[in-house]
Amino acid sequence: MRVYLEGIGLFGPGLEGWEASRGILAGDAPYTPTQAPLPAATLLPANERRRAPKIVRIALATGAEALTAAGRDPALVPAVFTSSGGDGDTIHEIMSTLASPVRELSPTRFHNSVHNAAAGYWSIATGSRAASTSLCCHDGSFAAGLLEAAVQAIAGGKAVMLVAYDVPYPSPLAEARPIGPAFGVAMALSPTPSPASFARLELELTTDQPLSQNTEPALEALRRTTPAARSLPLLAVLAGNGTTAVTLEYLPDLALSVSTTPEEGA
Amino acid sequence: MTPLAFSAFSVVTALGAGQAATLAALREGRSGLAPCRFDTLPIAAYTGEAEGLENHPLTGAWAGFDCRNNRLAALALHQDGFLDAVAAAKARHAPARIGLFLGTSTSGILETEIAYRHRDPQTGALPEGFDYARTHNTYALGRFVREYLGLAGPAFVVSTACAATSKVFASAARMIGAGICDAAIVGGADTLCGTTLFGFHALGVMAEGPCRPFDAARSGISIGEGAGFVLLERQRPEHGAETVLLLGTGESSDAYHMSSPHPEGEGARAAMLQALAAAGLQPGDIDYINLHGTATLVGDAAEDKAIANLFGNAVPCNSSKGFTGHTLGASGVVGAAFGALAIRHGFIPGSPHTREVDPGFASDYLLEGREARVDRVLCNAFGFGGVNCSLVLGRAA
Repeated sequence: MRVYLEGIGLFGPGLEGWEASRGILAGDAPYTPTQAPLPAATLLPANERRRAPKIVRIALATGAEALTAAGRDPALVPAVFTSSGGDGDTIHEIMSTLASPVRELSPTRFHNSVHNAAAGYWSIATGSRAASTSLCCHDGSFAAGLLEAAVQAIAGGKAVMLVAYDVPYPSPLAEARPIGPAFGVAMALSPTPSPASFARLELELTTDQPLSQNTEPALEALRRTTPAARSLPLLAVLAGNGTTAVTLEYLPDLALSVSTTPEEGA
Repeated sequence: MTPLAFSAFSVVTALGAGQAATLAALREGRSGLAPCRFDTLPIAAYTGEAEGLENHPLTGAWAGFDCRNNRLAALALHQDGFLDAVAAAKARHAPARIGLFLGTSTSGILETEIAYRHRDPQTGALPEGFDYARTHNTYALGRFVREYLGLAGPAFVVSTACAATSKVFASAARMIGAGICDAAIVGGADTLCGTTLFGFHALGVMAEGPCRPFDAARSGISIGEGAGFVLLERQRPEHGAETVLLLGTGESSDAYHMSSPHPEGEGARAAMLQALAAAGLQPGDIDYINLHGTATLVGDAAEDKAIANLFGNAVPCNSSKGFTGHTLGASGVVGAAFGALAIRHGFIPGSPHTREVDPGFASDYLLEGREARVDRVLCNAFGFGGVNCSLVLGRAA
């Protein structure tokens, strides 16, 4: 299955935007995993920017970065959102309130608790009435999202946006489900070459390839601890680390192989 | 799109377990709603509780998955010959060629609610034995069903609030169309929990007493629980004339509000139009519409506008929510199962608890069920975040 990559958005510790991170991911610049301030969700109205959940701010910022690079109008691009845990802060607050004597939930918190909260905010912020879906496949959520986005692009014959993100839960859920630093990645994928496309991706499900790792130890630690960062081996290839194929974690008995070829743009 | 056959389907709601119990209740106009006994709520709400979940824990190899949501999923897998149909499909296609695309809104979050009530008083830690990955996580449902059925193909769980188990039909159709798999199991489960009961109450959209979809005096939803599964395959000669087909899917977003639909039902209209176009049909080809119809003031009004705009008052429609309550993430597959039953048995259900249709509404809303040949059904499911999905079902011949 073949799709063309037109743009990438990235947010993570020491990884503030795709262009700023390419050298690090390619192994040409040192990686310092300092905690980055949450990206400004400039798509949201000013009064909603600060109180929007972390995952919403990460999803909107990375999605906008990828579509800007692709030169695509966000209002017209179907979207696939994928995350292992959604907004852990909101879930923790709801669980705490429900365990307290006065079980009164905040209506806003409740609607922010749905797994497709980021998709809803994205649609409202961009005015997009295109289809969107929101997936989960535990640690394999990135690969599941990439597969679904590529299939949607091919089936629909038009570009699709993929956004993957995860944030750590607060305690006590953090001990039951440890997740590393907040991380988000977005990709604009087209079924055909376009002026913006810079890489061709061939996707294939595989049962016998070992999972790819990142050479840089701190990047590898991030890959192992944050589900959305299971994308890092692919990002390193796309940044130009000298290899052309990776195998990404998906399900215990099934992985997603991606081989890449540079594209000049049509 | 190329039609896909329902090689098998199962359903469990407050109406009972399996197609026969469900059809009997639909024919009798018997609602499964009752005063909520699951939890103590601030208002006299009704719920549509699936019977017997308390007494049927998952045990042995499946004990780690034990939670209300996976119990209901297991119950649905054991209805309507579904396990046998999956075994036959595995023999035809190989387990690696069968996709699994399920939906839920809250998965097993009830386990986490219980765990938070039993935190260690000193450390705040959750109790030993709390199994996040196999209960709470949104994919827990997918992992359970994939292992239970012995599947080895691609899988994920869609969680788009109340449109989740509708959108999985669209994902499955694309995956089969792209050659990623040869067959797919779709559906899912959603069960009662404090998060949704107290959440919908907080939003002010939960009814006192049973919900009354499309009624002039409707005052909100009753929450139900439900599960259902469909085995989708390309049509084969062995599929008889009565086999139900998935003919089209349509998906859209409202771009309007997180928890309130577009007041003119524009997103709903777009999803229905897409589903009709994918099926190659016109509005006049539809014999029955299974509405989303949750009985909220604005939701029913918006859907009625969208229906009237496309179909006038020419197509009989109902909402199943007076029978089952709003089964949230399961409502898509429950609606599809009811649509499939209408096609198979020539019966369009009515709407228990609805007494007088809102006089401002223009669609042909049925209060009483009726026998009628049904060749094509449109099923709607809409959710928080302004997500809309419509399915068109038909018959093989």
